[in-house]
Amino acid sequence: MYPSRFRYEAPSTVDEAIALLAGANGEAKILAGGQSLIPMMKLRFAAPAMLIDINGIAGLDYHHSDADGTFRIGALCRHADLEKSATLAASQPTMAAAAPVVADPLVRTRGTLVGSLCHADPQGDWASVMVSLGGSIVAQGPNGRRAVAVSDLIDGPFQTVLADDEIAIEAVVPAAIGTRAGGYLKLERRVGDFATVGVAVSAEMSGATVSQAGIGLTGVGPATINAAEAAGSLVGTSLDAEALDTAAQLAAEAAQPRSDHRGSADYKRHVVATFVRRIGAQIQRSGQEAA
Amino acid sequence: MALDEIKIGGLGASRRRVEDNRFIRGKGNYIDDIVLPGMLHMEILRSPLAHARIRSIDASAAWAIPGVRMVLTGDMLAARNLAWMPTLSYDTQAVLATDKVRFQGQEVACVVADDPYIAKDGCEAIVVDYEPLPPIVNPTQAKAPDAPLIRDDKTGQDSNVVFDWEVGDREGTDRAFAEADVISTIEMHYPRSHPSPIEACGSIADFNRATSKLTVYMTTQAPHIIRAAVALVAELPEHMIRIVSPDLGGGFGNKVPVYPGYVVSILASILLERPVKWIEDKSGNLISTGFGRDIYLKGEMALRSDGRILGVRMHTDSDHGAFFSDAQPSKFKVGLMHSAFSCYDIGAAHLTAQGVYTNKAPGGVAYRCSFRVTEAMFFQERMVQAAASDLGMDQAEFRRINLVRDDDFPHRTPWGFLTDSGQYGKCLDLGLEAIGYEDFLRQKEEARKRGRLLGIGISTMTEPLGAGNSREYDILGIKMFDSAELKVHMTGKALLRTGAKTQGQGHETTWAQIVAHELGIPAEDVLVEEGDTDTAPFGMGTYASRSTPVAGAAVAMVSRKIRAKARRIAAHLLEVSEEDIEWELGRFSVRGAPDRGVTIQECAIAAYSNMPDGMEPGLENNAYYDPPNLTWPFACYIATVEVDPETGVWDVLRVVAVDDCGVRINPMIVEGQIMGGLTEAYAMANMQFITFDEDGNCIGSNYMDYLLPTAWETPGFELHEVVTPCPHHPIGAKGIGECATVGGPAAFVNAVIDAIGDAGVRNIDMPLLPDRVHEAITAGHDVSGAPPVKTEP
Ligand SMILES: Cc1cc2nc3c(=O)[nH]c(=O)nc-3n(C[C@H](O)[C@H](O)[C@H](O)COP(=O)(O)OP(=O)(O)OC[C@H]3O[C@@H](n4cnc5c(N)ncnc54)[C@H](O)[C@@H]3O)c2cc1C
Repeated sequence: MYPSRFRYEAPSTVDEAIALLAGANGEAKILAGGQSLIPMMKLRFAAPAMLIDINGIAGLDYHHSDADGTFRIGALCRHADLEKSATLAASQPTMAAAAPVVADPLVRTRGTLVGSLCHADPQGDWASVMVSLGGSIVAQGPNGRRAVAVSDLIDGPFQTVLADDEIAIEAVVPAAIGTRAGGYLKLERRVGDFATVGVAVSAEMSGATVSQAGIGLTGVGPATINAAEAAGSLVGTSLDAEALDTAAQLAAEAAQPRSDHRGSADYKRHVVATFVRRIGAQIQRSGQEAA
Repeated sequence: MALDEIKIGGLGASRRRVEDNRFIRGKGNYIDDIVLPGMLHMEILRSPLAHARIRSIDASAAWAIPGVRMVLTGDMLAARNLAWMPTLSYDTQAVLATDKVRFQGQEVACVVADDPYIAKDGCEAIVVDYEPLPPIVNPTQAKAPDAPLIRDDKTGQDSNVVFDWEVGDREGTDRAFAEADVISTIEMHYPRSHPSPIEACGSIADFNRATSKLTVYMTTQAPHIIRAAVALVAELPEHMIRIVSPDLGGGFGNKVPVYPGYVVSILASILLERPVKWIEDKSGNLISTGFGRDIYLKGEMALRSDGRILGVRMHTDSDHGAFFSDAQPSKFKVGLMHSAFSCYDIGAAHLTAQGVYTNKAPGGVAYRCSFRVTEAMFFQERMVQAAASDLGMDQAEFRRINLVRDDDFPHRTPWGFLTDSGQYGKCLDLGLEAIGYEDFLRQKEEARKRGRLLGIGISTMTEPLGAGNSREYDILGIKMFDSAELKVHMTGKALLRTGAKTQGQGHETTWAQIVAHELGIPAEDVLVEEGDTDTAPFGMGTYASRSTPVAGAAVAMVSRKIRAKARRIAAHLLEVSEEDIEWELGRFSVRGAPDRGVTIQECAIAAYSNMPDGMEPGLENNAYYDPPNLTWPFACYIATVEVDPETGVWDVLRVVAVDDCGVRINPMIVEGQIMGGLTEAYAMANMQFITFDEDGNCIGSNYMDYLLPTAWETPGFELHEVVTPCPHHPIGAKGIGECATVGGPAAFVNAVIDAIGDAGVRNIDMPLLPDRVHEAITAGHDVSGAPPVKTEP
């Protein structure tokens, strides 16, 4: 496991990092947690001419809620920071459900949420969570910053719309209008396994009624799937069994799984539906308990 | 006052493992820790295709890279008659491909360079022109009339069949089936798995032209066999070859065979006259080295309605990959498959077996089992469960009726093995009591009414261990004995060397305990060394749970030789005749005058300073031990599970293990072996397999696809013991290294099948992935026969 030769740079500011990117003609890669990039390089699936290690840039390891409830996750916030976060536990139920099931404890100590979004692995857990929450990233390049919705960011397996000279600075979850509810269920073969199927359901509740909903699917298509129609079908319902069946059905139809050694396409669709139902029922139950 | 055996670390002491001192501190000395002056590094270029003709290999760009010292290809080896090597199963295996590649990951070329990065760059620069051929990934395809011939290199080989073999009494078995009230039939596949030791393979070959000596540091479980093989294949004088097996990061059978990397590193060192290091990466290890299992069963049982087994028929189809290189020392083509049903008193039995070549990695039957015993016991226990259910009989009761009784030993099995001891019924009853069998059956009924699926699975088995006696077992003609050499120094401290080779089993700890038991020398005063052919006595190495049954016996026997000599010295020191000397642990005394005595340590110093007239000085000896029979431990494993009917996911509720491995030398180590084995059993049942897609691509050549369970999902194990000493082993031990790996998987599978029993399902092939279980539940049919994975566009 020996990577090809590469140049290593460790800038201390975002501007320096962008300048290095801009000068590299698309031959450079940002190194965040390294938990996806380093294995790819060791297998020589990736052979960037230059690595730009952003771990020395101060002030990117945050995650916090703004006064209005907007939740921000800096580019160097690790999976483990989120797993242990009280803020997350208190205000972001879908994320809190996902944090402990991303990879394994070793990987979580170094891997980053933003890196996971930029890596655009169809089996990445965070992307579906963010899609279900209507989240976005803030990208910065030589000409300044722009926001990109996560559902637009990923445009294929391991492909994003980021320009060669852009860095993702942070991920953003918009403030909720209603009460946030949600969950993430992942079928994995063992701890640290990528999802055979992952389902993120996020909802904003006003009383017992869904005012807004999002569903993201992991591992059942060439990229993260935004099951918008399924999510839309939940709006206005109180997550009763019939509404959940409809959403489950629509989500299963939105999935584009392949048969492989993890399971048949039909089975994966079936699990998508089952998980949508289970998360929905769980939201509905906890709503009743709170009331 | 006799010594307290536990205090001196003798038999039965759960002494901490002495080797852990260095392992825990990171001070082990593994192959990759060894650095020699002037050492070069070798990397292997592997075939991306499963089956293809090699049109040409252009290595010029690799030679041109600064720092590349040599590129070795099949043609270069062929010029030295080294392109092919013999296997341990009397076949041949390509070292580097010349004509064709026959499996994905096959070794095509090697690059030797100043550092491993450059060597890897060199591999990437080699251009190989392949002409793809249709790949064969299972026995059905291999036997198809129009199947392409994989081994067109072999004269006289006109099909993909490696062997046809049979054993047992065909007519007697036919008669038993004719008399049967019920015939129970089941088909299944035991999937390909891999030992995947955490350390992959590697070697450092160091040929010194000035001394003509070849030293090879090598990850091998059997250094002496390797020395013999190198002497025979490379035609080097045996005394000029030194094989050193350093600390091993696990073996599990993976480090028994000879791999191309070893061979080419040796050749490269001879050609370049510099040390050449080859360290395999994990993917290389998973994709190309000795796997386990990959065998299909058609099993039939002839049953009487009262539950008695009248006869058993088995047919197996084994998939050997591209070269028949099973590392197994028996004369039997499917190893010890016919040790199945040894714990049951069955009437007649007949086994037919066919082996085939496929375009998959060779080197089978490894992975913590004695040569197909794992498959034999798995098939047996799955057949037993199906038979019980066909008879409508309780699975525990069915076993109880058929298990060999305590007073039936020695028991000759219909396939010719001789089991000699055990308390099978007692083990079963202890297991049932521990799990709360009757209670669980009630709970299961209750749960079912509420739509929950609980199940219980039992697996009882005895397995043959030891891979010796020399009458029936040999490797390339070398008999399967083992050896020990003991040197007691002047101050009573000792050095013990054996022909075995520890890879995590804890020999450095347990061998010293046997010496302590036999001589009363505290275990901590005994240094144990293994693995260096220049110092260790000749032995056949460690696999097949054979260390304790064979080398361990040699340790006891050499200790007894030392004691016999010490007794003569004691008589001399105490000025009495030998007949008047009595032995208690660590001390000789005068019969009738117990106060007059000398310790073993006092005898040791006398051996060098005050020996009787005419006695050779010193206190050293060796022993070669040829076991009279295999050893037969027994185990009863019981698992309870809950299956989620909606997703097919199953969770283990409890696992109870009752092991009778005879006398336990170090109970802590024994328990560690059982827990490790059950963990592997759970992995095979639940998640682990190497499969192939239709193009022959190996799915399972990395740890994202080939799953090792973590502490998180591995269930807890409740261990119990029964001790029936082995009647022929000097200290009554039977071996424990593999029992749980062998007997464990069926307990888990039986439990899941039991849980979903109402669906009318008899079999789901391992691993019992959720989608397979779900399919079985919803469709109500078996999920057997592992077709190649179809990948949809
Ligand atoms: C054994 C193992 C198991 C895993 N299991 C899972 C799992 O179950 N679920 C899961 O979701 N993930 C899993 N992962 C992946 C893990 O979550 C990674 O941490 C994550 O995908 C990438 O984050 P990183 O910070 O490590 O990114 P890196 O590896 O450093 O980078 C990944 C890619 O994103 C780019 N990148 C990173 N940060 C930025 C940025 N700020 N701006 C622009 N581009 C950037 C890099 O250039 C690179 O192309 C696993 C990884 C391993 C090794």
